[in-house]
Amino acid sequence: MAVVSYRDAVRGALRDEMLRDQRVILMGESITGYGGSYAVTKGLIDEFGPKRVMETPIAEAGIVGFAVGAAMGGLLPVAELMTVNFALLALDQIVNSAAKFHYMFGGQWSVPLVVRTVSGFGQLGPTHSQTFEGWFASVPGLKVVMPSTPADARGLLLASIRDPDPVIFIEHSLLYSTKGEVAEGSGDETEEVPIGRAKVVRQGSDVTLVGYSRMLLQALQAAEVLEGDDGISCEVIDLRTLRPVDYPTVVESVRRTHQLVLCGEDWRTGGFGADLLSEMQDRCFDDLDGPIQRVAMPDVPMAYSRQLEKALVPTSDQVVEAVRRLN
Amino acid sequence: MAAAPKNRPARAKRAVARTTELELPLGLTPAQCRHMYRQMVLIRRFEEHAAEAYAQAKVGGFLHLYIGEEAVAVGALNAARDDDHLLGHYRDHGYALTRGCDPKACMAELFGREDGLCHGRGGSMHLAQASRNYWGGYAIVGSHIPIGAGMAYAMQYQQRDQIVLDFFGDGATGNGIFHEGLNMAALWNLPIIFICENNLYGMGATLAEESPVSEMKIKAEGYTMPAVQCDGMDVLSVYETVQRAAEHCRSGQGPFFVEALTYRFRGHSMADPELYRDKAEVQRWRTQDPIPRFGDFCVEHRICSQKELAQINEEVEQEMLEAVAFADQSPWPDPAEVGRWIYAKPIDPEADFLLQQQGAAAVAEPQTEAKQAGV
Repeated sequence: MAVVSYRDAVRGALRDEMLRDQRVILMGESITGYGGSYAVTKGLIDEFGPKRVMETPIAEAGIVGFAVGAAMGGLLPVAELMTVNFALLALDQIVNSAAKFHYMFGGQWSVPLVVRTVSGFGQLGPTHSQTFEGWFASVPGLKVVMPSTPADARGLLLASIRDPDPVIFIEHSLLYSTKGEVAEGSGDETEEVPIGRAKVVRQGSDVTLVGYSRMLLQALQAAEVLEGDDGISCEVIDLRTLRPVDYPTVVESVRRTHQLVLCGEDWRTGGFGADLLSEMQDRCFDDLDGPIQRVAMPDVPMAYSRQLEKALVPTSDQVVEAVRRLN
Repeated sequence: MAAAPKNRPARAKRAVARTTELELPLGLTPAQCRHMYRQMVLIRRFEEHAAEAYAQAKVGGFLHLYIGEEAVAVGALNAARDDDHLLGHYRDHGYALTRGCDPKACMAELFGREDGLCHGRGGSMHLAQASRNYWGGYAIVGSHIPIGAGMAYAMQYQQRDQIVLDFFGDGATGNGIFHEGLNMAALWNLPIIFICENNLYGMGATLAEESPVSEMKIKAEGYTMPAVQCDGMDVLSVYETVQRAAEHCRSGQGPFFVEALTYRFRGHSMADPELYRDKAEVQRWRTQDPIPRFGDFCVEHRICSQKELAQINEEVEQEMLEAVAFADQSPWPDPAEVGRWIYAKPIDPEADFLLQQQGAAAVAEPQTEAKQAGV
């Protein structure tokens, strides 16, 4: 075990998998000499050369389409889309190509593709501060993961590259510098974090908080505050995978706590939390002591100004308030 | 009586000509020519029967006919190797049939049956057979252009000598994805032939309405790849051009763009009333019909007689009747299987959770099973 940053954990997983399997290639915008917009691929061009670390034109649909074709031709491409905002340009290739081929051609071939992309904000303005995990998670044929810790970033990325289906792997710009313990092993199967399995990261008895990516950290902070100030014991679940969702782990928790707060960073209307809420009320209606609470982004485009941005971004304080509404 | 001895040597001469004087262009053999003629007839008859089945509501959704354009698929695919990778657009019956996919399985796919090439999941627009390196018909215009480039990259990366043939229409050249795909293919010197079937219409838009240039090859030239036009109503013109393109790609010289000037005799789809084009124009193009045109060539070059051509037509017609009967009798896919193939590796969190719990229970209480058995 070593303490590494989320950024280094992602890079380490890419590097180890490239060393292990010649079929793995990386492609993306400014990922070679520049090192990637968030410096995730820094140095990999020197180690693996331009055939395996491909500098691409700024053409998101082309990048994903090309990666789909490379996957069909026998490679294991990991395509980086600089931010999830730019992934919108590639939605057709993600939804109509990557997600469909195994099904529409009757199982003749699959598309072993990983699309790495990044959500987050930081005074980047309305077009560069969005998060769309719910959109991707709504598509049958895709697997969608959003790790919140360096260890999960590594383990889930290894699992994603080895998975025969297309995986949308969404990192978070505000997590890149966070640190945590990560296995420094051979990268064998034991280091994979299985796709589709949530994790109870804090045990509690009064309320269940469900989060993923940055909001998982907000939920953990809220749990600390509620424990200290209110004497409320929070169970915190890191969803980790958004498609397929590990509902049984959440249901099992709610059957003990009888209260549920869903923590997300995307828009309230049509956001991923809306779907989670629908499913959970269906599965747990009789177990719940109160309405399921949601923390989400208000339905407003992200503003540039620091004070306006602050007014929009979901925080641990909002998680605390949501729990207090129930108690 | 005097005519008899005169006739005899003439017949003898003709018989000799049929075996030894077959000076065919492009290194073609008579067998190849007969094969290409048969393939064009196969596409034509297949689609005529498909149209009939559509009228009987046996085929649903969209049905886009390739009738008139047969020479493009047949000429191009015969000039390439059978293991070269093939990607086409939604007007795709011609690619499947030319690649050797079973017409029965193709028809069954149109009928939405279990024996269809894709078990009724894809339909007319998505025929595919990976075992023949036919990677399918793609129905989002232009989307398979970078996909083909990616496959070409995989060939280059793995040092395999297969090339990619990527077919699309003039309508695709107005889409950004066309330019993204060509840009990457040229940038990385990839072994891919882009084959643009310029049939003068992007659905109901005329070329003049959809493009500032009437020659699609001009758009490719900007990406520094060789771009050549050929007569898409002449199977030999297509064959010759694609043969040259294939040599170029296979020898590592990068992508090649072929613009086949062609015409669809039928509407965009079965639902098309064809209000946007003149019937006289259709008639003019029908005089260029690639099938009788190549049939005449075969007769002129003594590859086969008119009678033999008619025989090929009859054989194919019989085969198509069998294909329709097969599709009619093929079972419907089982609705219980509708969720099959969403994933190559399905993940079931419910089952995983149960397994984990059982694992935990087994650790906590090793005798659980025995207890249950006792109950």
